[in-house]
Amino acid sequence: MFGIKKIDIDLKSIGSFAIDLFICSWKGSLRYYMWLAFLGFFIVFWIYGNYQQLSNGMIVTGLNDQVTWGIYLANFVFLVGVAAAAVTVVFPAYVYKYKPMKEVVLIGECLAIAAVIMCLLFVVNHMGRPDRSWHMFPSWLPIPYLKGIFNWPNSILTFDVVVLNVYLGLNAVCAFYYMYMKYIGKEVNKYIYIPLVFIAIVWAFSIHTVTAFLLNTMPARPMWFHSMLPIRFIITAFAAGPALIIIAFTIIKKTTKLKIKDEAINLLAQIVVWCLGIALFLTLSEVVTELYAGTEHSFSLQYLMFGMHGLNNLVIFFWFSLFAMVTSFVLLLIPQVRKNLKILPYICALAFVGIWVEKGMGLLLPGFTPSPIGEFVEYTPSIIEIFNSLGNWAIGFMVFTMLAKCAVGILTGELRYKPTLAKGED
Amino acid sequence: MSKDKENKDFEKNKNECAEAVAATPIKKTRRDFLKKATTVGTGAFVGAAALLTGSDEAEAKTTWAEWFQRNYRLMTDEEKREAVERLELRYTEEYGKKTTVDTTDAKEGVLFGYALNIQKCIGCRRCVHACVKENNQSRENTAIEWIRVIRMEKGHFLPEDMDKGSPQGLPFGKKGEEYGIQVGGNAGKPVGVVLEGQHYYEPESVPEKDAFYFPIQCMQCEKPPCVKVCPVRTTYREPDGVVVIDYNWCIGCRMCMGACPYWARRFNWGEPNLPKEDMNPKTHYLGNRPRMKGVVEKCTFCLQRTRKGRYTACVEVCPVGARKFGNLLDPNSEVSKILDRKRVFRLRADLNTYPKFFYFTD
Ligand code: SF4
Ligand code: SF4
Repeated sequence: MFGIKKIDIDLKSIGSFAIDLFICSWKGSLRYYMWLAFLGFFIVFWIYGNYQQLSNGMIVTGLNDQVTWGIYLANFVFLVGVAAAAVTVVFPAYVYKYKPMKEVVLIGECLAIAAVIMCLLFVVNHMGRPDRSWHMFPSWLPIPYLKGIFNWPNSILTFDVVVLNVYLGLNAVCAFYYMYMKYIGKEVNKYIYIPLVFIAIVWAFSIHTVTAFLLNTMPARPMWFHSMLPIRFIITAFAAGPALIIIAFTIIKKTTKLKIKDEAINLLAQIVVWCLGIALFLTLSEVVTELYAGTEHSFSLQYLMFGMHGLNNLVIFFWFSLFAMVTSFVLLLIPQVRKNLKILPYICALAFVGIWVEKGMGLLLPGFTPSPIGEFVEYTPSIIEIFNSLGNWAIGFMVFTMLAKCAVGILTGELRYKPTLAKGED
Repeated sequence: MSKDKENKDFEKNKNECAEAVAATPIKKTRRDFLKKATTVGTGAFVGAAALLTGSDEAEAKTTWAEWFQRNYRLMTDEEKREAVERLELRYTEEYGKKTTVDTTDAKEGVLFGYALNIQKCIGCRRCVHACVKENNQSRENTAIEWIRVIRMEKGHFLPEDMDKGSPQGLPFGKKGEEYGIQVGGNAGKPVGVVLEGQHYYEPESVPEKDAFYFPIQCMQCEKPPCVKVCPVRTTYREPDGVVVIDYNWCIGCRMCMGACPYWARRFNWGEPNLPKEDMNPKTHYLGNRPRMKGVVEKCTFCLQRTRKGRYTACVEVCPVGARKFGNLLDPNSEVSKILDRKRVFRLRADLNTYPKFFYFTD
């Protein structure tokens, strides 16, 4: 409260901040444009895919009444994890006051923002009636005519909607506030910024926990119906997220002037390796628990691991992800490998892909096979689903690239408020 | 309902049903219909666009008004009336026949329940077809059926499997030193009466020798998991115990389809295909009115009939009388008497969903 009057809000500098960020995110080297064009290529297909899906309905997907959730939600679940994993940067920085991390917190927050945006895009793709999204606006929102209704607190999905949007807001506020203060050359107001950061840390856990609850509260789907799911979600997210951040840091180090300390990357690598280890252990526990007794509730897992009744689309994915996770875990355990920043990004990429496969093909899809009445139906995503998914990823990467570029500009001091210039423009 | 009328209804339905069974899929192209359907379906966006471009097409206006419509339970009587008028107009025009949309509420003192005699069921699927006809389900691409009859196979114990168990004795034991089979050879495959049914059976005639039949549909759970998970309260339990869906409110998130343990819910993946000539014009807002693409649907115990004191279509058509329906609160109703006197069970009772759909044997 007493802090609030300390922020000076100066409209002119805010305007110039917005303009500078915009210019910074659209201006770059040839390589930068090529990267944007590469992402844009997918977005063209994304537009086509969305047009098809909106005009013809979900029939253009590979989904059916037996397998009603597909790669849209699989990507959603995975990306919630990536968003939550920003905490692996923020936590050491602010809770352990780890200096090398503190300098790059902003990048982590940018990643969280991009990941939540992707989540929302995937959810909208999953919905049969995205035009009716307003039904989810709680009725107390001051929006005329559009009086929605929330199934609060019964439906876990309503919790998920709330926590995700608040998380997006928290990260956006933290990131942009920090950038703005740096931009005008002032220190952030600790009484505002630090509490927000700590709320965001706790919140990060909540988004992935609630997303796990979304799945594991359905006894109709025995594969998910166990209390290990939330912890497994968090652990795999905290392996995949930092792995992605390591890759991003490596690229930023290569292509920009921002100095990222090796210690920061080393710490992230350690988080990756331990989370991978625990994730593997949890997988082992699940496999033993389910397969030893071999009840009908284990059919999903059996179908995933070995195929059943001649259906085995997913088998290769399970074993690939296991291979990827074990290999990256073992490699990262070796200090010489873990500290070798040349090969580390490649191992991280392997771990990242491995976990993506594990959460999508390995967890979400088999939950629907067999169906509650024991029917085995195999699902293959349609080309439209693939277009839309790739497009969502491309949009997310574009958002992250642009945000990160601005963040780097601010952190290196290239983007600074120049009052005289702003005045001149007036 | 007089006995006479009931019988007549039954006869009529039976004939209709026989036709439905015999009829091959309608081949006639319905491009006109489809075109029209797509226009309706593109929904609010088209409505908005048409409005913005100044087109005062009644169609666009309806779509637009429907888009702003509130959750059915929150509507005032006035709003409900308007909504119904809009729908009646739309359906009448679209299907070329006078269509009514009923909004009869649940009656006090009524709790609907259902009992199915698995001993009697012969797996003829007449109920399935009668239901499709009565409830205006999409006929093709993708066809929707609310009732599915599962064929339960009787597996066999075979003497030649006796020695084929696993694991075969001790792993490193010498021949002749094996200590017997740990798991019987017959256990490696479905034996006895197994719960691995399937619902695509196409026999020459029913009933088949090696099978019995197990119809499923929405169980109208008293503690419905589908209602719990719906984020926008689209699907809810009516006072007479029927779980309904406000088709105009559903956002198509399919949470409910994930949560239903009885695989009772169906999704309109595309624009539903309901031929004009097959459309049943006597509809209920929460029941069998034609649906749009992108929303969920399921059995409603034929609200449009049962709230008017009639039987459901499936009860009427069942040739062996395996299906019984009535008021659970009335001790003299058929269903109450069955619960009282027969051996009754519910499906997947371990899930604590308290279905109001019971199975029994004589
Ligand atoms: S059977 Fe399924 S759809 Fe019907 S009330 Fe129960 S949970 Fe809901
Ligand atoms: S699909 Fe419709 S009825 Fe089912 S949970 Fe979503 S909004 Fe509710």
